[in-house]
Amino acid sequence: MTIDASGVHPSNRSYAAPLVGFGSFIVSVLLVEVLIRVGLLNRYIIPLPSEIAASFGRLFLEENIVHRFIFTASECLTAGVMITVCGVFIGVLMQRFSLLQKACETWVAAFASAPLVLTYPLFMVIFGRNAWTIIMIGFFAALPPVILKTIEGISSTRKVLVNVGRSFKLTATQQFWKILFPAALPTIFVGVRLGLIFALINIVGTEFLINFGGLGQLINDLAERYDLAGTYAAICFVILVSVLFFMVLEKAERWLRPVD
Amino acid sequence: MAETGRLRQAVTAPIVSPVTLLRVAIILGVLALWESLAHSGWLYRDVVPSLLSIGRALATLLTDRNYYFNLGVTAAEISAALAIGGMAGLLVGLLLGANRFLSKAFEPYLYYLGPTPKIIFFPVMIMWFGVGSESKVALGTLSCFFPVALNVAAGMRQIDQVLIRVGKSFRASTAQMVLKIYLPAMRHPIINGMRLGFGFALIGTLLAETKLSNKGIGFLIIQTYSVFDMPGMYAMLIVLFVLAIGANSLIGKLGGLENIKRN
Repeated sequence: MTIDASGVHPSNRSYAAPLVGFGSFIVSVLLVEVLIRVGLLNRYIIPLPSEIAASFGRLFLEENIVHRFIFTASECLTAGVMITVCGVFIGVLMQRFSLLQKACETWVAAFASAPLVLTYPLFMVIFGRNAWTIIMIGFFAALPPVILKTIEGISSTRKVLVNVGRSFKLTATQQFWKILFPAALPTIFVGVRLGLIFALINIVGTEFLINFGGLGQLINDLAERYDLAGTYAAICFVILVSVLFFMVLEKAERWLRPVD
Repeated sequence: MAETGRLRQAVTAPIVSPVTLLRVAIILGVLALWESLAHSGWLYRDVVPSLLSIGRALATLLTDRNYYFNLGVTAAEISAALAIGGMAGLLVGLLLGANRFLSKAFEPYLYYLGPTPKIIFFPVMIMWFGVGSESKVALGTLSCFFPVALNVAAGMRQIDQVLIRVGKSFRASTAQMVLKIYLPAMRHPIINGMRLGFGFALIGTLLAETKLSNKGIGFLIIQTYSVFDMPGMYAMLIVLFVLAIGANSLIGKLGGLENIKRN
């Protein structure tokens, strides 16, 4: 058993910081509850945290939040499949033809930093006020990282692996499917992960803005009804979903990453 | 001999590089496709307006005084959001970067809250700050805060330890350490964070304007949608994208980010 100079067991020390973080969060929630109850904070602007917690049940029973979650998740999934197929295809194409890569890579990077979600009125005119507007915004916003990471992944395949393929006299197709693609997969997944995060942000945001669809629309609906506790609870639910989504993708990326 | 080689190279090198040629070909191809789509009648009228009508709308927009007033409103809101969110992000980033315990305790919250869609907080901002410019600035501030704080904290941890030891060996005070060691050494991460923060502040502010506002560029965009003025909407989006990309690269240039890439 090892105990350091300060007399604290190392494993206890490693838990101390996260405990302080979580404890501070709980204390600030309790503080807000007290400040509202004593009247220092206006409860018509900030609802009681206990009311917010209580309204979670209402979200499940009355507001059909599970169904809305499935709706948003299916939009994300559709956009995710589209960015993976199109992004990897475009990335492979650009990597294969270096002239195309030289001509277009900077454009793709500029496209990645463009505020694309602002074009949502344009998408509404083209696709109408339906799920396709939301999916297409998610798709276009999330496409650049997949393209860029596919190019990076294939270009950085180790020379040894490529030479092994050559020594086995693999055809170009075999070389791609058996050497280049598996070697680039962890980097491609980084792009897909980033793309899925961008897609989720843009999909929920567009749902909120055009008042259509799943979780984003729920927040808009509750805010328009001035259901304060419900609005805050729905926002907390969306935060929870995006944090979980982010964590799952991170775990998957770690699982795919090769061991050095 | 070297001169002759250089001359020969100059003679044999093409005037326009193949990359430029391909770029021009792609642009011309897209424009031709656009124009033929505009005249094809496959889409609803004006969904894809002709290039001429977009050009006309662009000229009208750029000579309209009302547009510059709204541009000024949006620019002021974004600047305020960048100033408040950037400052707050810088302070929090410095604090988390300097203290390992605080970083372990609070940085995961910032890290996981960073990628959540900030526009969903807009109803809360309206309740707190009203329907005027303040709620747009607040949403821009919230959007801008996270990338700045995370970049500054990461940048602080990457400062060369030798520089810190030099500061300490000169017995520099905390303020001197911040002003003479930390901030100059972290110039690039700070500017990079500000650049990201600017992008997020711009999106946050403009989206808030499209949702509920009576002035600003976001309001003008949603107005063109309401009256189905498609050439006007395209013109506005083109100007907005040019301004956003231009401002983004200007911040990068001011911070010397391009020099790092070259080195």
